[in-house]
Amino acid sequence: MSIRIAVIQFPGSNCDRDATHVLNNVIGIQADLIWHTNFKERKYDGCILPGGFSFGDYLRGGIIAAHSPAIKEAEIMLKDGRPVLGICNGFQILTEAEFLPGALLRNDTLKFECRWVHLRVENNETAFTNQMNKDAIIDIPIAHSEGRYFHDNLKELYDNDQIVFKYVSKEGLLNEESNPNGSFDNIAGVCNLERNCVGLMPHPERASEEILSPFKNAHGIKLFKSMVNFIKSKVI
Amino acid sequence: MEVIVEIVLENKPAARDPVGSTIQKDLMAKQGYDMVSNVRTGQYLRIYVDAKNEQSAEKLVEKMCNDLRIFNPVTQNLTVLSVKKKN
Repeated sequence: MSIRIAVIQFPGSNCDRDATHVLNNVIGIQADLIWHTNFKERKYDGCILPGGFSFGDYLRGGIIAAHSPAIKEAEIMLKDGRPVLGICNGFQILTEAEFLPGALLRNDTLKFECRWVHLRVENNETAFTNQMNKDAIIDIPIAHSEGRYFHDNLKELYDNDQIVFKYVSKEGLLNEESNPNGSFDNIAGVCNLERNCVGLMPHPERASEEILSPFKNAHGIKLFKSMVNFIKSKVI
Repeated sequence: MEVIVEIVLENKPAARDPVGSTIQKDLMAKQGYDMVSNVRTGQYLRIYVDAKNEQSAEKLVEKMCNDLRIFNPVTQNLTVLSVKKKN
């Protein structure tokens, strides 16, 4: 089975090439970088909405991209069980498209936060975490101004086990110091009810080769390997 | 006729507004305006619409804001500030 993944490019996307590189050259599957108006879902087994910006993020991060024809294509993929990942701005787009719950607000630090953080895996039964252990700590960088996760009904998220990643300390402790942006309950990533759509603020494609990590590991690649595993076996 | 509809989008009370609280704490309170207890920021949009009258312009703008998710219902409230005919 030959797997083919689409990485969608919006005006202002960045790390789109990094994500494509990781899939093509590190994992070794076919990934195509596609302009958002040219994307057709039927050719692909999964898609990635990259980070950066889209349409200047005018009005709110991700809202204009959420009306792109690419999002209608992504919706078809989600409905028939194919995986869709949103990274950073891609996460904002997925919440604005209402594929994922909640919203991303301006960091409470009022700063662009660009540094390595530690995440704890809260749910390892999603299309993008099935190759990780629950409660594992992964090292990964963030780079965003609007990453403060907000939800008006957190209980619902817990009841449905939709929290995928939380910001923690190096030792795995959940505290205010390890929360880089003021997110509710240190939430860094969530999933949909079907577990085939995941969004997170950190950038796994920047943490997928040891040479790029100050910790000399490549924890981010596990998200992409999980996606491949999900496509191959529909493990969840 | 052309109608001007002014709207404001602001975060719901449950969503902290660090911009507003910085303006209040680090500017107003520090410069002696400690009678200011709270500041909330938002976005202001002035929308020019061709419509039959003011009422239909307001309805159209409200429908459009819902349809296009001009405000995020998870985090924001929308308020129509004014509706008036363009002079």
